Amino acid sequence: MLKITDLHVQLEEEDKKILKGVNLTVETGKVHAIMGPNGSGKSTLSYVLSGREGYEVTQGSAELDGEEILEMDPEERAAAGLFLAFQYPVEIPGVGNMTFLRTAVNAQRKARGQEEMSATDFLKEVRAKAKSLKIDADMLKRPVNVGFSGGEKKRNEILQMAMLEPRMCILDETDSGLDVDAMKLVADGVNALRDEGRSFLVITHYQRLLDHIKPDVVHIMADGRIIKTGGPELALEVENNGYADLLEGTA
Amino acid sequence: MSATLQKNTPAAPDLASALARPPRGGWVEAARAAAEARLEQTGLPGRRDEYWRFTRPDTLTAPEAGTAALLKDDEAPFFGGTDCLNLVFVDGAFDADASDKLEGTGLTIERLADVAATSDHWAQELYGVLEARGQKPVVRPLAAINTARATDGLLIRATGKVEKPIAIRYLRRDADADAMLHSVVRVEEGASLTLLENGPAAARFNSVLEVDLGDEAAFHHIRTQGRDHERREATHIFARLGRESLFKSFTLSANGALTRNECIIEMTGDDGVAHVAGAALGDGASGAFHHDDTIFVTHDALRCESRQVFKKVLRNGAVGVFQGKILVKAGAQKTDGYQISQSLLLDEDSQFLAKPELEIYADDVVCSHGSTTGAIDETALFYLRSRGVEKAEAQDLLVLSFLAEAIEEIDDADLAANINDRLAAWLRRRRS
Ligand SMILES: Nc1ncnc2c1ncn2[C@@H]1O[C@H](COP(=O)(O)OP(=O)(O)O)[C@@H](O)[C@H]1O
Ligand SMILES: [Mg+2]
Repeated sequence: MLKITDLHVQLEEEDKKILKGVNLTVETGKVHAIMGPNGSGKSTLSYVLSGREGYEVTQGSAELDGEEILEMDPEERAAAGLFLAFQYPVEIPGVGNMTFLRTAVNAQRKARGQEEMSATDFLKEVRAKAKSLKIDADMLKRPVNVGFSGGEKKRNEILQMAMLEPRMCILDETDSGLDVDAMKLVADGVNALRDEGRSFLVITHYQRLLDHIKPDVVHIMADGRIIKTGGPELALEVENNGYADLLEGTA
Repeated sequence: MSATLQKNTPAAPDLASALARPPRGGWVEAARAAAEARLEQTGLPGRRDEYWRFTRPDTLTAPEAGTAALLKDDEAPFFGGTDCLNLVFVDGAFDADASDKLEGTGLTIERLADVAATSDHWAQELYGVLEARGQKPVVRPLAAINTARATDGLLIRATGKVEKPIAIRYLRRDADADAMLHSVVRVEEGASLTLLENGPAAARFNSVLEVDLGDEAAFHHIRTQGRDHERREATHIFARLGRESLFKSFTLSANGALTRNECIIEMTGDDGVAHVAGAALGDGASGAFHHDDTIFVTHDALRCESRQVFKKVLRNGAVGVFQGKILVKAGAQKTDGYQISQSLLLDEDSQFLAKPELEIYADDVVCSHGSTTGAIDETALFYLRSRGVEKAEAQDLLVLSFLAEAIEEIDDADLAANINDRLAAWLRRRRS
């Protein structure tokens, strides 16, 4: 599904290298996790994959189903099936959450040559999906993420994901700032979307999210590289011993 | 021609010399004469006037309106879903056939042209009176000339809670029409009225609206200044608020070569509330876009609240101006004054000139003002695009987001939705 090869990235504005040769392949239907200390480049990887400006790819490639995505506009990547759940979802005053969702869903359908969803169908689907994420009608009416609690923002990200039905989902620190109940709700939302045609890249600093979203493969990222790859037991190792041992091993 | 006359260089022709004086007689004569005297004293605004530092008045004071191409408009009528008393002016002339009857429950409504010759009228206590009060401390000659020379407009008096909004629809047919209208609104104690205005009224439009609110009266005003690119207009609203009265005015402006909207509000009764808001968007590439909001709010009573919310979206060399003042007179304690003016510049060619002012002579007041100029938020833009929304559409959503605070000043949900939908449609139209 997603194949990242020798990806080198630096900041556009200053001569600072952040990703220094990332290699990673996420197979269709699998859940991969990326763990790593703060500042290791996890968010940068998610931004570069989804097309945020400000980064320069100096080397390497990223393919979604065999198609190079690094040259595409963010909206083209979205239409191709990529989705990023933001670490810090953005507040957009004055734009209703529902309007935003509808605009996004229809934009993607249009890009794929599908017909727009009728207002009634859309409403039905949003309501059902919102309900399972415990997102009430009020939250759907309010402006996007404005005045939302940390947990509400993350649930809102998952709702967008559920509505857009991407095939490659990247979740950046979706557990940060959540209490146990909120994390469970978010994890249930993600698990409900698990499907043999859909892949996940779950970025997290802590192991606890991975208790709920069970990964098939765990990668450790440090200083812009994947330094170790293993099964779910690798996450437990981090949980028990921290990153220090792993980092030493590579030094 | 005699030698003596040739020696004097004749004064350059201007609006005052070009415009006919209305016939004499009737209750309005005295007000017109007084305004004529004010105009004589001040002259028309010139380039050097401090109050016109950011906006050139010459096309507004020139003898001719000039030509403004007519936009072929295929839009559905504004406020179409709202049951209104519709009054139509074509190039500034009343169109009786296209208008509803001048009547309504809790309401008297007349044309200035129809009643100007009578000897007495309720409006004589207000016509030109609020305008004259608004000439201090800053002169507003374009309003004085309107009082002196306008021959038509509406005189509206609400005596009860008027359910149906009055909708003034301005239409254009003549590419170089010059229009001048003067209207007076009196909302009696405890009464309420909604006034809607829509349209580019003429190639050049000079409008004065005087609004007098009795105690506990409420007045809602929603105005849209349409999409004709070359139109020019200077509008003045003079409002005087009684005790516990409510005044709300919102203006949406799109396009137009030159727009100067002045709003002069006097809070004379305790516990009054006055909100004035505007959303403007323009593109310098379609000729010119210069939009000026000039606001003056005077607090002269206890515990009054005033709010100014002005937003402008500018691109391709468009210019936005905001001059806003809150004057709190001695004794106007517990005044709550707020003013925000913001511009969203979609490129580096556009500019926003803001002059916010506070002048406070009371010690127990809360007044704040702010002014910002900014570009599209790149993080928000990326967020929307990452959801599959095309860049241009994402930008439009952020433009709507930026304007939302001004539109939220409209109390009526249906009318606010109407404005918002219209704006969205205008933005969409640009993209296609
Ligand atoms: N836009 C940016 N400007 C400056 N430094 C940045 C920027 N983006 C990332 N960095 C730097 O790159 C490194 C990796 O950051 P990030 O990808 O956010 O790491 P992580 O998500 O793993 O905590 C950090 O040192 C961070 O300060
Ligand atoms: Mg991060």
